[in-house]
Amino acid sequence: MFVVTTAYAQSNPTEGTNSETGALEGGAPASGVFPPFDSSTFASQLLWLAITFGLFYLLMSRVIVPRIGGILEHRRDRIAQDLDEANRLKEEADNAIAAYEQELADARKKASAIAETAREKAKAAAEAERASTEAELGAKMAEAEKSIAAIKTKALADVDTIAEDAATDVVKHLLGGSVTKAEVAAAIRAASGK
Amino acid sequence: MANDPISQFQIKNIVPIEIGGLDLSFTNSSLFMVATVGVAAGFLFMTTANRGLVPSRLQSISEMSYEFVASMLRDGAGSQGMRFFPMVFSLFMFVLVANLLGMFPYFFTVTSHLIITFALAMLVIGTVVVYGFWKHGLHFLQLFVPSGVPGVLLPLVVMIEVISFLSRPISLSVRLFANMLAGHITLKVFAGFVVSLGSLGALGVGTAILPLVMTVALTGLEFLVAFLQAYVFAVLTCMYLNDALHPGH
Repeated sequence: MFVVTTAYAQSNPTEGTNSETGALEGGAPASGVFPPFDSSTFASQLLWLAITFGLFYLLMSRVIVPRIGGILEHRRDRIAQDLDEANRLKEEADNAIAAYEQELADARKKASAIAETAREKAKAAAEAERASTEAELGAKMAEAEKSIAAIKTKALADVDTIAEDAATDVVKHLLGGSVTKAEVAAAIRAASGK
Repeated sequence: MANDPISQFQIKNIVPIEIGGLDLSFTNSSLFMVATVGVAAGFLFMTTANRGLVPSRLQSISEMSYEFVASMLRDGAGSQGMRFFPMVFSLFMFVLVANLLGMFPYFFTVTSHLIITFALAMLVIGTVVVYGFWKHGLHFLQLFVPSGVPGVLLPLVVMIEVISFLSRPISLSVRLFANMLAGHITLKVFAGFVVSLGSLGALGVGTAILPLVMTVALTGLEFLVAFLQAYVFAVLTCMYLNDALHPGH
């Protein structure tokens, strides 16, 4: 694979310009070896690779990797922190909503309780008024009945007197005589079956 | 040169350095490694400088790549695997940016060289082996002994497991290397057809539309491959690290 002849290892850089495709055919010696298999350049390539890649590795491991790692870490922390904050605020908002709902329910309950008592009170007042009015009316009625009864008694009492007077007069007119009031009264009492 | 699909992989010295007979020159490959590191680290550094709580668009890209690799690693190797996060993240970003930079015309593709992808793969496997033995001691070798296998089959199964473990760095590196290499060669070949046909007169220009359409389509595909191979490399890294963390199947 590494067909490299040291004789051509000292290939001068311009040699490649003379070759057309000769170098393609397995490193034909006419124009030097196929450049990737030219061992004379290996030492220089290895040295410079070691220098440049070593430097690159140092830069990466000392500067770049910690820096980008730090940026990403910082961002991750910040996002986590913001999410926590958002969660906290959401919880706060939820609590506020719950408190509001609770208060609203309380207020509703209180309002309905007030309405209930007001209704009860009004009902009781109306009931009481009705009762007192009824009682008053009953009293008035009883009084009226009493006075009617008195009037009736009085009237009935008068009927006898009137009947005696009338009967005395009738007897006087018809018989010309005179009868005593006591006779007439006895007669009336007998007539009315008393 | 325009039609040579290989010249784009040619390594050219920019600043020649030689120490003890070893050629350690700063090359175009080195330049694009530096560019890869500069672009990747610079982008990640600048876009996260504000540390915005609400990310800007560019900061989101950095954060997305971070979380992409993190979830990949957590799924592949569990939460204990997160200790390897800087390594997996560096590998993913390095390979991804190197692949994507390679998509610019005239830019060199660092990951199109086997030695680079092999070195990265060996880094992964080396980490797995070292961490595995350090954490679990000889119990790490349980990795090669699946539980519940009948005694007769055990030698065969252990052999298969060992071979599959040894082939991991090869498959890991060759997959990335071959994908980048083949993709860039194909692109260059089809783009080369456009140029050669275009020089053939009116009929040629008319026909050149076909490879042009192909080149456009392949460019889109190559962007997908550039991302996909970085992803595959990182996912397999996570799976191999999982073996180091939990060797008993």
